[in-house]
Amino acid sequence: MDDALVWAGRALRTALLTALALLFLVPFYLLVRNGLAGEEDITSPEWTFFPHEVRWGNVGELFGDPSVPFARSLLNSALIAVATTLGTLLLASLAGYGLARIPYRHANKVFHGILGTLLVPAAVTFVPSFVLVSSLGWVSTLRGLIVPTLFPAFACFVFRQYFLGFPRELEDAAQVDGLGYWRTYWLVVVPNARPVFAAVGTIVFLGAWNSFLWPLVIGQDQSAWTVQVALSSFTTAQVVRLHELFVAAAVSVLPLLLVFLCFQRWIVAGVERSGID
Amino acid sequence: MRGRRALWFWVFVGPFALGLALFTYVPLLWSVALSFFDAHNTVTPTHFVGLGNYTAVLRDDAFVAGLKTFVLFTAFIVPVTYVFSLSLALMVNRVRRARAFFRSVFFLPAACSYVVAALIWKMSLFNGVRFGLANTVLGWFGGAPVAWLSTPDPPWYWLVVVTVRLWLQAGFYMILFLAGLQRIDPVLYEAAAVDGARPGWTVLRHITLPQLRATSAAVVLLLVVNAFQAFDEFYNLLSDARGYPPYARPPLVYLYYTALGQGQNLGLGSAGAVVLALVIAVVTVGQARWLGPGRTDAGG
Repeated sequence: MDDALVWAGRALRTALLTALALLFLVPFYLLVRNGLAGEEDITSPEWTFFPHEVRWGNVGELFGDPSVPFARSLLNSALIAVATTLGTLLLASLAGYGLARIPYRHANKVFHGILGTLLVPAAVTFVPSFVLVSSLGWVSTLRGLIVPTLFPAFACFVFRQYFLGFPRELEDAAQVDGLGYWRTYWLVVVPNARPVFAAVGTIVFLGAWNSFLWPLVIGQDQSAWTVQVALSSFTTAQVVRLHELFVAAAVSVLPLLLVFLCFQRWIVAGVERSGID
Repeated sequence: MRGRRALWFWVFVGPFALGLALFTYVPLLWSVALSFFDAHNTVTPTHFVGLGNYTAVLRDDAFVAGLKTFVLFTAFIVPVTYVFSLSLALMVNRVRRARAFFRSVFFLPAACSYVVAALIWKMSLFNGVRFGLANTVLGWFGGAPVAWLSTPDPPWYWLVVVTVRLWLQAGFYMILFLAGLQRIDPVLYEAAAVDGARPGWTVLRHITLPQLRATSAAVVLLLVVNAFQAFDEFYNLLSDARGYPPYARPPLVYLYYTALGQGQNLGLGSAGAVVLALVIAVVTVGQARWLGPGRTDAGG
């Protein structure tokens, strides 16, 4: 009897998970269905599960639309995401290593000063940050979109925790060989710390590509729009062209889905580190 | 020697600490200063108004309504996401086949932005016209189309706002719970089995949940802090060519329109930002105290 119960429980669980998984995929299905359909297929009162005629031409129409600079916004997003990721990795890993390994009287105070900013999330301080960036004259510039976001306390914290647990023997050997902190860091520590770089890097990249509030505030000219701001402009436009909007959304998600599927291992590791530790 | 070390410390830590100070502490302090001035369209005001902006913002019905919206939103999103993502983790953790597949599918929405998700929800899934998917399904059962987002009465927009965030975040928290579950010592379950505890509710209540205490504390804190910062989905779901409706404005939407909308009342906006920053700092510290340290998990 018990065996039957266990079996039934297992079957029920698998069925429930499958149903939920299908439900979770519905939004992706809608993205593809609407993105490749004609306007009539989308707005038809009769639901069509797949467009009568698959219109790849929607992609060309999107990039040819002069009212929304979509290609430019994709390029901006790519530049911002790459620059933010590289910059954050460099600055935060150096800081994390210094805090973990270089003895200094005031190291604790500095660390608490960095940690304290976690209490006040960046989103809440967008008004003061806007004030600062606008007085630097950085509104609607890539600088203004990138530089203020290069210093997330969580990244520094994750690196510090990682380096605290890093095997000291490697560094001791390097010091015996006469390498100073700087060369020890680049020649010994960085090559052996790839997992943490991959984890933090993918999380920062996803965050930079998907962020909206800061680009909305700073990217006031069309020339400085990111892909998220461009997408948002579709939903608030006077005339909404659904097929164009959905193909744009699909194009904006595609690179991220690829990054996500290729780097999932690292993202999971990064989530576990930044979420809990 | 000590001097050399201090120098190297600052070579490593200096750039990050300096940037953080410049782009976090300076704006905060500046904002505190601005909040005592009448600052319309200017960041270097001259007219000192004392606590005027604070009394104005706290008396502003829209600001108070924003805080109420946040409280209501938190009351929905925190328990729903918590229970749902924990259930997902428990099921995925015990499933034998296709575990990696299920984990990926539930985590996949994390690759989408709030903007994209809001767009799918607003324009297709919960579109208020007949061809929206939810209304289509309603139609199959003979129901009339529902205006999901365009009316505060009945407030169907809550369903839309909560489900979009649930879809985006559930996988993320599931990953956290899965990591917590992996850290539980299997010996505990074996001991429970020896003692005759049947797998299921008893084991969940007396072993799994207590062992997940630290993870739970972290998850709840993240959920509350993230709910407090809600902006993207509200903005993209509710605003249209005519602007943002007067209802369903969480605090950041209020700030956005006060400080950066017409009139650019940066003094009032700064006072609002300071109040919100204080609230969130108090919530974070208070919750960390109340739920205990989030450091250890599963006794490790």
